[in-house]
Amino acid sequence: MRRQSTSGTPVIIASLLACAWLEVLPLPDAVAFLRPAWLLLALIYWTIALPHRIGVVWAALVGLFQDVLAGTVLGQHALAMVVVVYIAQSVYKRMRVFPPLQQSAVVFMLAGVASLISFQVQDIAGRAHVSPLVMLAGAVSSAVLWRPVMHALRWTRRRFLVR
Amino acid sequence: MAVLALCVLVIFLDLRTPWLGWVRYVGGYFSGPVHYLAHLPVSMGSWVSDQARSTEDLRDDNQRLERQLLILQQKAQRLAVLEAENVRLRELLNSSARLDARVFVAEIIGIDADPNRQEMVVNRGASGQVFRGQAVLDANGLIGQVIEVGPLASRVLLVTDATHAMSVQVNRNGMRTLVAGTGHPDRLRLLYVPDTADIVVGDLLVSTGLGRRYPAGYPVATVSSVESVPGQAFLQVEARPTAHLDRVSHVLLVAPAEMPAEQEMAP
Repeated sequence: MRRQSTSGTPVIIASLLACAWLEVLPLPDAVAFLRPAWLLLALIYWTIALPHRIGVVWAALVGLFQDVLAGTVLGQHALAMVVVVYIAQSVYKRMRVFPPLQQSAVVFMLAGVASLISFQVQDIAGRAHVSPLVMLAGAVSSAVLWRPVMHALRWTRRRFLVR
Repeated sequence: MAVLALCVLVIFLDLRTPWLGWVRYVGGYFSGPVHYLAHLPVSMGSWVSDQARSTEDLRDDNQRLERQLLILQQKAQRLAVLEAENVRLRELLNSSARLDARVFVAEIIGIDADPNRQEMVVNRGASGQVFRGQAVLDANGLIGQVIEVGPLASRVLLVTDATHAMSVQVNRNGMRTLVAGTGHPDRLRLLYVPDTADIVVGDLLVSTGLGRRYPAGYPVATVSSVESVPGQAFLQVEARPTAHLDRVSHVLLVAPAEMPAEQEMAP
């Protein structure tokens, strides 16, 4: 019988901090709108890999951290991530067996939902003047980068025995 | 569900009340180091290029800077006389003397990743005597104001942000007007300029000090286009910020002679 103990919380936090670093890394203006939602990708991965541990509470905390990091309205990313992680938790069994392309398509939709929720909150705050279609570009690049991110995190999970 | 409701509540509280400032401050202990780390590749790149420069380059640089210094010193000589004269004239007019502001330097460690916002992060926080509402300059003009002070870093709202507007006057004739950001890094918009206003392309706009947020007399923008639309009550005037918003690496924070009391942020 497998022991149901948890381990590797520091590894999860370290991977999320690495993604936060990628989120604020300076990019040239021309490609800035293509920046993938690194933190969201990592969170989706951990949700699918460890659905019994990573849930909406983690999503809310990580989202709040991203809000502080990006200086946005507190709760903007938190709301988006809570919704996305909730959806991811309800489809994680199917996600695990999807072929790569289908997985990327689901990630595109999840990232799209997140960026549209973010857009909506920014609109309420009165500072959304870039079209939401431009913000969806980030969802496309997230979907493209999903496989590499997933493999990197899976390697991390196996290497450090996170469960 | 409960978490979702909590998120909505947090959004509401943060938009409508100042109660959640401590969340940002505490989060700043974690987000500050991330910003510093994200700046690392940039500072390492400039360090490497500094190390790789040849003596010849440095000598050229040195000569150029010495020439520049000479010119600036000559201007400063005249400035001292003019300043004294200005004080005398102001005394004659019984108006209050202008106080010289102190400035200190900060380094930009982050620009905003979100295309909806025109903001940057500088490497001075609460321990570096930064306060909310402080004016930020570069060598060529006004950049913006501090909107959030963290423990390790602070956030600066640029004049080009869509939520930013300030009072300026045309340097040539003293006409006052408002300049608002557009969200585009090199475009500002002048609001409510009447059709008959005396304003032409190339006019320098300087801060007026009205609103008591920015010190008076710093250049903000130059007018880049004036367009009269038939049937409209106002001119459509666009301006370009004089500060090099997308190229600066160091900025100046202006500390007024006396520290102001905590002021409310203009929306």
